[in-house]
Amino acid sequence: MSEYSIEVKSLTKRFGDFTAVDAVSFEVGRGEIFGFLGANGAGKSTTIRMLCGLLDPTSGTATVGGFGIRDEPEQVKKVIGYMSQKFSLYEDLTVVENIRFFGGVYGLTRRFIDARLPWILGMAGLQGRERSLTRTLSVGWKQRLALGCAILHEPEIVFLDEPTGGVDPASRRRFWELINELSDRKVTVFVTTHYLDEAEYCNDIRLIHAGRIVAGGSPRELKAEVIRNPILEVASRRAVDALEALRKEPWVLETSIFGTALHVSVADEAEGRRLVQERLAREGIVPDRIDRIVPSLEDVFIHKIEEPVGSKKGGETAP
Amino acid sequence: MKTGPSVFVGPVMRKEFRQIRRDSRSLIFMIFIPAFLLLMFGFALNFDVKHIPLAVVDQDGSRTSRELVRKFGTTEYFDIKAVVDKSADIDGLMAREKIKAALVIPDRFSEDLLAGRSPSVQFLLDGANAMSGTTGAGYAAAILQSYSQRVTLEAMGRRGLGGLRIPLQTQVRVWYNPELRSARFLVPGLMAFILMVILTTSTAFSIVREKERGTMEQIYVSPLRPAALIIGKLIPYVLISLASAHFVLALGWVLFGVAVKGNYFLLLLTMVLFLISGLGQGILISTITRTQQVAFLLCVLTTILPTFILSGFVFPVRNMPTVIQLVTYFVPAKYFLVALRAIILKGVGLSAFWDQVLFLAGFAVFILALSVAMLRSRGEDGRRRRQVAR
Repeated sequence: MSEYSIEVKSLTKRFGDFTAVDAVSFEVGRGEIFGFLGANGAGKSTTIRMLCGLLDPTSGTATVGGFGIRDEPEQVKKVIGYMSQKFSLYEDLTVVENIRFFGGVYGLTRRFIDARLPWILGMAGLQGRERSLTRTLSVGWKQRLALGCAILHEPEIVFLDEPTGGVDPASRRRFWELINELSDRKVTVFVTTHYLDEAEYCNDIRLIHAGRIVAGGSPRELKAEVIRNPILEVASRRAVDALEALRKEPWVLETSIFGTALHVSVADEAEGRRLVQERLAREGIVPDRIDRIVPSLEDVFIHKIEEPVGSKKGGETAP
Repeated sequence: MKTGPSVFVGPVMRKEFRQIRRDSRSLIFMIFIPAFLLLMFGFALNFDVKHIPLAVVDQDGSRTSRELVRKFGTTEYFDIKAVVDKSADIDGLMAREKIKAALVIPDRFSEDLLAGRSPSVQFLLDGANAMSGTTGAGYAAAILQSYSQRVTLEAMGRRGLGGLRIPLQTQVRVWYNPELRSARFLVPGLMAFILMVILTTSTAFSIVREKERGTMEQIYVSPLRPAALIIGKLIPYVLISLASAHFVLALGWVLFGVAVKGNYFLLLLTMVLFLISGLGQGILISTITRTQQVAFLLCVLTTILPTFILSGFVFPVRNMPTVIQLVTYFVPAKYFLVALRAIILKGVGLSAFWDQVLFLAGFAVFILALSVAMLRSRGEDGRRRRQVAR
């Protein structure tokens, strides 16, 4: 058996003229938390659906748990768990009824489900709510119950498609703890998200943009490799005016707005600070502070997706 | 052991039963609406023509003419609503829908009759409703005919020809529905119609709802086979609609006196086959639609109209143009109806309608196989998911 849980080779999906996923290739190691990052419509869900056998690829191949997604879809189904962004549960069934149904659909015996039940309920924090109708649960509970139903049959690989959408921050944190536990037990977790802060929890990341993978690696590698130039965070209440003034300057490699602050990429830190202050002074803007920051994945992402557009900065910063 | 038997019909079935039980609206829809519809249609859809309001213009005013009027008055087909002097008054009455027919007996009617001349009696009829118009004209002609016959025989008798008989005597006997009550004919048809509409809609909804909720996708990624899914969904719905069908049957007996003459198990067999066809059609519709609105529209289009018009429910199939007759082969209600009328009204055995049962079984298998194939084809799904994928 291969050392990889998932191997994808130039997987492509076209819908008519529209290429949703464009020759995507990557491997996912066993027990890893693999983050698939991108904006809405970048091709994340389409990729995950092809890997789960919900969509046929237009071209390319992939194996999941050692089984080809084209030739052995039924084998693939047995080794994966899937949780969609809607946390698809039956709202008119109780917690336990949902668990029993999904267990039954995977052909699990009643005894096996009974044995797993306390674990699922504990994991989801649903003890004492076994008989509640699912529709009465909060979003965080539904999310954990959906995960429980997806991993009931102890799959080797779990696909989570935007699992944290619409969930409060506390529940999100708790959910990521569960994902970590799964990984500790050598379950491969393939997770898509557009929350870039969540990507920090992943061992391995691919950034997907307009159907193509634009960057990949561990969060640390990505930051180190992609962003070589210092990034200055310029805080100002007139952030939008400041952005307008700076973006036209040739020495500004990249700039983007993050709330009330700008992230400005420059070639040299000291020189950059001086130039920013000078330029903003001409607009009558006095920044509250200018700090050099450690780039976040958001900076990496903006850097990578602006690159192929061919902006004037692109050529200068491309490694 | 971690995994149980490879046929996972059980969990789907249990889940479906639970959902139906909790969704009281759909349960009411499936059990009580059919009965309610039978009540409505059974009384409203009445092709019997009786108690036609009649006006009489008796310009003769003799004993003979009054006798003729009485002939009309004593049948249940006509009710004498008005006696007027001039035929001109009829116009107004008929325009205001006070009467639907009028009998005009001319002056010198009895005189002419006695003299052996043939007086003309005028019968006026509102033909706006062609169906009741024709029937009314038939009744009137029959009454006048028998009266005329009697008068002839009496006249012959007076001339010493008492032994004379009318040469041809027709004896009409109606089988299976001796009183020619349309309820008898309609109840089986209504049963087919109501069950078809309710069944198709409720199954289509039960699957499309899962698509809308996203639970269908969750099932697609599981090892559950499409056939197991369909059968698991089918069984609860067949059982519930069987209950509903019995309810309708009981109501037809209590309200319209339509009792099952034939073999009950034969009836059960054809009902199950028909129910599977209807459910299969619902599943098929659900595989090609994504929203409940579209599914509902398709259900209405493919059940209400064909079952009403193309099944032989109201209009006999053999009177239709050839092309339309070919289309009727895809209307399961057509086979069901023939079989149903045969069992309920005629009480005949399988030998009389085995071909219909065969066709019905064929249709049920065909539609189920098609549904399974449609569920399996992911390509179609992909194209329709395009908007979502973007």
